[in-house]
Amino acid sequence: MNLAEIIKSLNLKIISGKLNPETKIKGVYVSDLLSDVMGNAKAGDLWITLQSHKNIIAVAELKDICAILIINGGQPDEETIKKSREDDILLLGTDESAFSMAGRIYELFKKHELL
Amino acid sequence: MNFGFPMRLQYMISGGDFNNAGAAASSLKKILKQLSIDSELVRKIVVALYEAEVNVVAHAYSGLINIELDHEKILIVIQDEGPGIPDIDKAMEAGFSTASEEVRSMGFGAGMGLPNIKKNTSTLSVESEVGKGTKLEMIIYLNT
Repeated sequence: MNLAEIIKSLNLKIISGKLNPETKIKGVYVSDLLSDVMGNAKAGDLWITLQSHKNIIAVAELKDICAILIINGGQPDEETIKKSREDDILLLGTDESAFSMAGRIYELFKKHELL
Repeated sequence: MNFGFPMRLQYMISGGDFNNAGAAASSLKKILKQLSIDSELVRKIVVALYEAEVNVVAHAYSGLINIELDHEKILIVIQDEGPGIPDIDKAMEAGFSTASEEVRSMGFGAGMGLPNIKKNTSTLSVESEVGKGTKLEMIIYLNT
């Protein structure tokens, strides 16, 4: 599923990084536990979390996660944003909840017959 | 870049330094990618190393990582100076953690670190002496 389409239809904010219009996500993983993401997220996933500290970038980079969506209006600090640029991880934000984001992305996947 | 085999790498870890947790795993990932090692295998290796790094950062005072890579396997040894693990079997249980509330609020300390290491390695041995430190030795075979 095209990430640009998700960003547009869910009205997500791009906190840092450049969106490649060709980027596709293979799936979504929702978790606030870093070891859970390390153990269970898949390469090419979009990761939805409330965590906004620097360590999420390392996790995303090591797991080849294509973008992180920070929920509930969470604001990463400057260092996190800097590291996301260095590691080329797209950081997205929303004021909405994980439930709402996951549900709406699920609907988009269904609409595109990806589920 | 030219690499000779066996290739040896060494990294240091400072206890409590969450800002740099995962730095060794990131560095190793770049090297393994340049060696054209299968990306699924690379992810397994770096997940195991990352979890081991985080354990040292979260629990110990300092640690040293020694890596040896040859054509058939990667050997990673992480030796720390720290409080040690009184009950290794308990520590290996999924969900068991002694991490502080602060560490947990960052999403660490879910009791999944050692289980994740075990899941992603071919062999894992843990030796520990209370009051001195812990040594993890893991091997991942490259042609599985």
